[in-house]
Amino acid sequence: MRTIRAVAFKEIQVYFSSPVAYIVALIFMALSGFFFVRDLGNPFPEASLSNFFQGATFLLIPLAPALTMRLLAEEQKLGTIELLLTSPVRDWEVILGKYMASLVFLLFLLALTSYYVILLLLFASPDPGPIYSGYLGLVLYGMAALAVGILTSTLTSNQIIAAVVGTGILVVLYATAFISEVVTGVWANVFNQLGFTSHFNDFDSGIIDSAHIVYFLTVTALFLFLSIRTLESRRWR
Amino acid sequence: MSAETASTNGAPAAEAIAEDAMIEVRDLTHYYGPNPAVENVNFTVRRGEILGFLGPNGAGKTTTMRILTGFMPPTRGSVTLDGFDVVEKSLEVRKRVGYLPESVPLHTEMTVTNYLKYMGTLRRMNGRRIRRRIDDVIDVCRLGDYHKTLIGKLSKGFRQRVGIAQAILHEPEVLVLDEPTIGIDPIQVVETRGLIQELGREQTVVLSSHILPEVSMICERVLIIHEGHIVAADTPNNLAQHLRGVEQLEVEIGGPPAEVLPVLRGIDGATEVTHHPRPGINAYRVKYREGMDLRDEISRTVISHDWSLLSMQVNSMSLEEIFLRLTTAETDEDDLA
Repeated sequence: MRTIRAVAFKEIQVYFSSPVAYIVALIFMALSGFFFVRDLGNPFPEASLSNFFQGATFLLIPLAPALTMRLLAEEQKLGTIELLLTSPVRDWEVILGKYMASLVFLLFLLALTSYYVILLLLFASPDPGPIYSGYLGLVLYGMAALAVGILTSTLTSNQIIAAVVGTGILVVLYATAFISEVVTGVWANVFNQLGFTSHFNDFDSGIIDSAHIVYFLTVTALFLFLSIRTLESRRWR
Repeated sequence: MSAETASTNGAPAAEAIAEDAMIEVRDLTHYYGPNPAVENVNFTVRRGEILGFLGPNGAGKTTTMRILTGFMPPTRGSVTLDGFDVVEKSLEVRKRVGYLPESVPLHTEMTVTNYLKYMGTLRRMNGRRIRRRIDDVIDVCRLGDYHKTLIGKLSKGFRQRVGIAQAILHEPEVLVLDEPTIGIDPIQVVETRGLIQELGREQTVVLSSHILPEVSMICERVLIIHEGHIVAADTPNNLAQHLRGVEQLEVEIGGPPAEVLPVLRGIDGATEVTHHPRPGINAYRVKYREGMDLRDEISRTVISHDWSLLSMQVNSMSLEEIFLRLTTAETDEDDLA
């Protein structure tokens, strides 16, 4: 536990002292703000965060891998992984520590968006239910997206490749909803269930369905598991 | 089964099971793709010994060290450290090893103290011990003025010290240092060697180098490794003695080389004479059989021909030459086996 915390703490410090994380935060805040105000100009605007939530899921596709790309790729590039992995630390502790750090940064980003909520509360009376469930869904969605990013960062020593491949995987998981509209029958359902979008939309509507929670946690666990196995694979590769 | 085959080979196996063995390497083989980096390597390191790996780049030194430290497993063979197998009991092994990789990979965005704190936690030390040991290693590695400096801002020599500091932080029983003096200035090299010798009094040290004088200076025993095989293993002194099969004289003679050369070649006992002209001086290298002394004969011959003898010097083989012979000529391997 102490080693996980040490790894996580070190990475959090790097996040808050490196430009990449601030650039990611800036882009996220600017664009999510745009999504938030998009409908407020209407004559009869709706006091909800739905536009923000939908926009954020879209923004996290490139931004989550950008946050995680450094975590393992850089250690492999610089060779510091050799000292990390010859310390008495288990592979899963390394992956979990790195993952926790990225999750903390994501929560920090989402905490920054709380001023949208404050604005709504000041100027309107929004329904609090969908706001709670929307944030819950966004955190779960982000957890899965970061886990995908961790895997691609583990696979290569090149941060750019890690980010691009991570974004590619997330695009596929996002786009399966569109595929399901094209195909018919059982396949439509399969593609619909496979991707992120259909599982996120209920949260946005104020519905907390345990099936969707299980889905996102499963995706997270799967990608973290694959990351651990990838790190271990040096033992038999 | 393996015990039987080992005992038929005689003494080495029995020696290996000696109680003070810290590291035991048996039939170690590692392949990168189809090519072996090391093949059937056997050696034992005693507790408290300073062992040097000597070999040209790509000989398999780093591969062997990565396996010793548990970074990667061998393709075949076994390695135990303090009785723990590096594959089966990797975590136990890693607790006991301090490692300095060749490239000295450090987190450049951290300060020296923060980095050491981080490495200490990874080594599962408690907070109080970490603080005490950081003071110790900063002192030992003379990093006092730089403990709050970002590692990225340090010169290569100081980074090397940080690398050593993290390796000894948790007081490991075994220190594995891959090319610890590469790329630092001569004064720091001397300091680093002294430091390693100091550490070697209490800890088992395995270091690699491609610089021969260094290994002969620091190490109690040397393994010469070439193309993944151990071609010689002995103390630096014994290695030098073992190989002094041929000795040579360097002679400077004032006289026409065309006449001098055949006369020198005619001297009884001289096996090979070569001419090495330098501006204004004619130098000759005379190789002769072991145990003979040709100096008397040569000086009298030179004077009897009315030439002048300007200098004469016995050259015994340096470790440098031994190394070259071991790694270039195959016949020499038989002598050592």
